[in-house]
Order: sequence, then structure tokens, then C-alpha cells
Amino acid sequence: MRVPNVLADLRARIAVIEGVSVRHGVLPFGIDEVDRHLPGGGIASGALHEVAGSPDLADDASATIFLTGMLARLDGPVIWCLTWRDLFAPALHLVGLHPDRVIHVEAGSDTQVLLAMEESLRHAGIAGVVGEVGKYSTTASKRLQLAAESSGVTAFVFRRASKVEQGAEGTAAVTRWRVRAAPSLPLGIPSLGRPRWQVDLERVRGGEPRTWLMEGCDAQGRIALPAALVDRPAAQEAHHIAA
Amino acid sequence: MRRVVSLFLPHWSTDRLRRKRTTSPPDRRDGVDANGTSFPLVTAIADHGRRIVAAVDAGASTLGISPGMTITKARSLAPDLEVVEADINADLQGLRQLSFWAGRRYAPIVAADPPDGLWLDITGCAHLFGSERALLKDLHRRVADFGLAVQIAVADTAGCAHAVARHVPAGRPVTIEPGDHRKAIALLPVSALRLDADVVTGLRKLGFDRVEQLIGTPRGPLAKRFGRNLHRRLDQALGTVPEPIEPIFPETLPRARRGFMEPIITADAFVQVIGDLTGDVVAQLGRAGKGARRLDCFFHRVDGHAQAIRVGTAAPSRDSRHLAKLLGARIETIDPGLGIESMTLVVPLVEPMGAEGGEFDAMLRSGRHEPDLAGLVDALSNRFGQRRLYRITPTSSVMPERSVAAYSPLDRRSGVAWDDDLPRPCRMLDPPEPIDVTAMMPDHPPAMFVWRRKRFRVTQADGPERLHGEWWRDRGQEADLPFAVRDYYQVETLTGGRYWVFRVGDGENQSTGPMRWFIHGAFA
Repeated sequence: MRVPNVLADLRARIAVIEGVSVRHGVLPFGIDEVDRHLPGGGIASGALHEVAGSPDLADDASATIFLTGMLARLDGPVIWCLTWRDLFAPALHLVGLHPDRVIHVEAGSDTQVLLAMEESLRHAGIAGVVGEVGKYSTTASKRLQLAAESSGVTAFVFRRASKVEQGAEGTAAVTRWRVRAAPSLPLGIPSLGRPRWQVDLERVRGGEPRTWLMEGCDAQGRIALPAALVDRPAAQEAHHIAA
Repeated sequence: MRRVVSLFLPHWSTDRLRRKRTTSPPDRRDGVDANGTSFPLVTAIADHGRRIVAAVDAGASTLGISPGMTITKARSLAPDLEVVEADINADLQGLRQLSFWAGRRYAPIVAADPPDGLWLDITGCAHLFGSERALLKDLHRRVADFGLAVQIAVADTAGCAHAVARHVPAGRPVTIEPGDHRKAIALLPVSALRLDADVVTGLRKLGFDRVEQLIGTPRGPLAKRFGRNLHRRLDQALGTVPEPIEPIFPETLPRARRGFMEPIITADAFVQVIGDLTGDVVAQLGRAGKGARRLDCFFHRVDGHAQAIRVGTAAPSRDSRHLAKLLGARIETIDPGLGIESMTLVVPLVEPMGAEGGEFDAMLRSGRHEPDLAGLVDALSNRFGQRRLYRITPTSSVMPERSVAAYSPLDRRSGVAWDDDLPRPCRMLDPPEPIDVTAMMPDHPPAMFVWRRKRFRVTQADGPERLHGEWWRDRGQEADLPFAVRDYYQVETLTGGRYWVFRVGDGENQSTGPMRWFIHGAFA
């Protein structure tokens, strides 16, 4: 029973050495296999995180909902800074982010979005600040990270239409995620099952990159891992026969 | 870059008289007959024992009556002419009222340009309306709604805007793009330069018709003959000498002013003065039980130019630190030139606010750990414009693109949201984009579609969800419009991407739609 404590202690110490700020607390995904992999056991609050889809609109949509799920499970108002207006609020509500919580800022350009983000990050008590940008620089990421750290507000840079092969350039973000749509399980009836994503943790300060296959958010913004490698009904059947 | 609007009211005196009558309706004997058609109307002034026409309305003007003509002659041209004594003071007073109105609504630096115009310095104000074009359109529409004939032009210099407003007839605002004022003024007649009538006639006699001829001619001889005013006006229009606009505002507004012995230039000094000024006006507001919704800070330069910054607050405020911070965030837009000799802070828009200081102050005092949303919203909306900052709320429309409405971020929360069971895409394409689809008739989901020259193989689909046009909209026409009846499908492609596609029409009845397919968004 002591082993997890020791591990947690060690992780915390490593985090301090590596300068990972976990002093604002973390937001766990609630999936041990993922949380175990993140320093502090979840998404660090008061830090900068990057989320990307791909030039494919459906992948950007998946990344949007992945991000919305995290925001839905945080407490307080959300500032969402946009360059263009294609975000559709009813879908955010479907994964638990109530429209009353979100203030949209149509900032106009990448630079203006970053400016609006930095201003918003100075206001403690805001749950999260999202900025949708095409390109941004390492310097900008450092500024955002600093602002987030000093107020405790969590910052998310959403890199729109980000190409998969690029993206290795430096960033001050604590984590960088890439979310792409993956084929869902056929239900056997003409209907869609729960969406699935391939989620790449491309970068994490104080940790190793990793890839998971995930199931999309439920109505409370919680993601899940696919049930098992074995086909569950079949496994149950086998169990049944054995009994 | 300075942008000046000249607003020209070609029939100001007569429009004003007509407007006065329509606001006090009973007396319809004069001017308007039983059918509502109006007689031509002119105003008259005494001139050397005769009465001459001072201002004409559109009707009189088309009959060939022009200012300066004797009343006797005018009557001979239009027997049913109505003549009213000119009241120059009332005209001027009306113009001042109009400029106060424009000052509250559009820009801090607004001045009357007698006898029949207004100046608006809209530098740095356009973004609050979305664009310069939107600001001008709004201004044009509202002034026209007052029942005034109006022509509007905007340019880098006051002289150019003035000339274009009066010499380029157009039913909409004329925009002279930044840097184009020289080109624009060159093509106009010399009379566009705001010169005395005898100077214009003199120039005409010498063969000067258009401004470009003046620009290319040596100045000495002309100045000798016509005086220095000629070239001063030309230079003002070209922007080589300054033409300040002295802003006016009602005397009753809360205000504070500081004059400086030594002109100040640095941002630090401005911040210091802004702090003092906000302290002064906040004290005045406190005594009046009001809070500021908008602040204009004027910077008077030593060369006579006035510049201003305008900030607004989402809720009435008497928090001097907050107000000073909002103003301070915009001082980078001020060009101090050789120095600022005085600063004035005016509060053109106030709202009642309890002596206690309102909700916002109470929140600060109670020390609750609530985010300072009002502060953030003010800071963002003063930078990006109030319309770019909003929350979304559901509307009663069933059409997806109309099911959302924006409202002010600090308004009371609505608490309502959309149905939980309708699938909706999180990235919406507006307008929907046409796609080529292979699908079984009549009502199967697509098996394959081509969008933006890319092929998507559909593996699974859900639907259809049929949406009907809202027949009560568009004066009952919507049911006949494109996109009126749609069958929506959620489709999943081979790679797992999920899209929202729809077919126009119900698939059976040709009258409901042309059976064309569109993509409307993407799901997670």
C-alpha cells in the first residue's frame, strides 16, 4: 500500500526539479491509465496546454470536444477566443459545458487572440481560457505559460488545422495533445456508436509521449478507454459457458 | 491615421422646420396639403431692404430656386411656395444638438460645422462598430431616419472629407481610402475648397476649374491676388497643414480638466494625469449617485489638435482605478506631437448607481473569490469592440444556424440551454457547402461524398432528422426558399471522421427542394 505514496512523492519531487508547476492543482481525467502518465496525475491547472486536431475538419471537431470535456469538468467561467466563427455552442452543451459559462471573444487574428488570452489569464477565478490560433511562437507560449502560472487560470491553445508532420517546434506548454477521429465500433445496426479518438500526448513536461485510443466525451465531459481488448459480449458468453 | 467624417445636410434649415412640424403634428395647414404632399419650402432673410432666399428644400431646388435669389423671383418660379423667416440661431442650436447626439453615439471628437454640417473625428472608433463602413452606414441611416437629407464622406483630412461630401452626390457614405485624399481632391472643382464666392469666380476667370490645376501652379502670384486663405484651404485639404476640430460637449456632463505649464509627452505623465482626472470625475459621480458607462479623455495638443480616447464599461462604475486602467490601456493611440497642453475627461454616458457603489463594489468589498468578470469584459471590449464579445443563448428556432443568439457577456445568465438529445456538430460551416453525393434513392444516407475535392467513404450513418422551414418567417416565404426542408444525416467516414450532411427537400416531392446535398459541419 505504501508504494503508490512513494511513487507520488517521487513524482512530485521530480516535478519540482523539472519546474513543472503543480501548485495550482490538477484536473484528472478519471482514467488511471492516462492520469498515471501525467505529472501530478492530471491536467495541471494554472499552466498552458496545447490541443490540436488536423487540417481535417472532423479531427478539429474531435479535438474541440476533447478540450470542451476538460473545461466542462472545471468550475467557473470560460473565455473562448476565436479568429473565425465556426464554434457551435449547442454541441459544447452536449458534453456538459453550459452556454452561460462561456464568453466568446472574436478577436480577429492570431496576434489578437493571443493578446486577448493573455489579458484574460490575468483574471484569477476564471476556469479556463481557450485561444484558437493557426500559428504562434515559442515566445508567445512562454508569455501565456507565465500568465497562467501567476493567476492559476488554465490556458489552452487550440491549434487550428495543424498539420500532423509539423509541430515539433519548441513550446512552453506543459502538455501538447493531438486528437484525431478513429473509426468507431460498428453497432451492427444502422446507427453510430460512441465516437472514438486516437489521442496522442505528443509532449509532456516531465513525462514520455504516449498514444491512446479513447472513447469520446459523455454528457459530463468524461472520456473513457475502450472497454477491453476482448470483445465483451463474447467474453461474457465464454464466462457463462464455463459456469 | 486620422480619419475625419464630414456630414453634410444639404437642406438642413428646411428639413429642420419640417421635422419640427411633424413632431408637433396638429398644425397641418401650412406646408402639407390634405394628401400629404408638401409645397416647396424656403427660408428668407432680409438683405438691403429686400428679402432673399436663405435656404431651400429639395422641392424648391428642383424648381430652380437657389439661395440668394429674391423672394419675389422665387415666387414667380413657384406660385405655391411657402416662405418662412430664417432663424439662424435655431439652426445653429439644432446643429449643436445633433453633434451632441453624434458625440454620444459615434466618436468623442464631434463638432458642428455651420451652417449645414458636422465634423466627426472617428480615428480609433470604427472597431466599436465592426468597421469604418459599418459605422458610416449606421450614421447615414440614423440621420436619414431623422428626416434629414444627408451626404457623408470620410477621408484622412477634414478638408477633403468636406469637399467630397458636398461635391460627390451619392446615396451612401463615400469613403476616400487612407492616403487617397490627394487624388480625390485633385479632381474636384475649385469651389470645393471652402473659398469665398468672389475668389472662386476670380479663379474661374483665370481658367482654374479643378483643384489639380491649382496644385500645379506657382503659389506666389495667386496668393498675391487672392490672399493667403486660398493656399491655406488647399493645404488643409491636402493634409500638409493641420486643421484641428474643436470638440464640443454639453456643459452639464461630469468633467475634469488639467492644463499644464509645460506640455507633456510621455505615457507615464499621461497615466498620472488620467489618475487625477478619474479621481475628480468619480467624486462628481458619487455626489450625483451615478456611475460612468462611457468616458472620453481628450488630449489637446499644442498645435491645436484634439485627440481622444473613448472607453466604455459594461456596468456603471465609480471605481477610479478600474476606469483609469481602461483609459491607460489605450494611450498608445495618442500621438503627442510637440506635447499635450491640457487634458479633459468627460463622462458622456452615466447611469444611476446607488450610493453604496453597486453590485460590483459590493463584490469587491465582500472579498468573495469571484473573478472580476466586469473588469475583464471591459478590458476586452474596449480593445476588440463590444460586439465581438458575447455569450450564446438558445433561441426558439429549429433551424440550426438560427438556434443560437448572442447576448452581452455581463447580462443576467439565462440558465437555459438546448435539448440534450439532438446531435449537433461542434464545428459549423456557415453557409453549408455543396457536396457531391452517391446515395441510394429516395432516402438513404450517402454512401460516399466529395467535399473540397476530397472523397469520403461513409461506413456508418445515423438519420435522417428532418427539419422543416419555418413558414412564418420571411413574410411567410421561407417555406419556398432554398434550404427550407432538410434531411440531416450524421455520417462516419472510413477514417472515423464524423460529418453533418443534409439533403435539401424531402426526397419525394420535387417542390420541397432540388435534392441537392450539403455539408453543414463536423462532429467529434
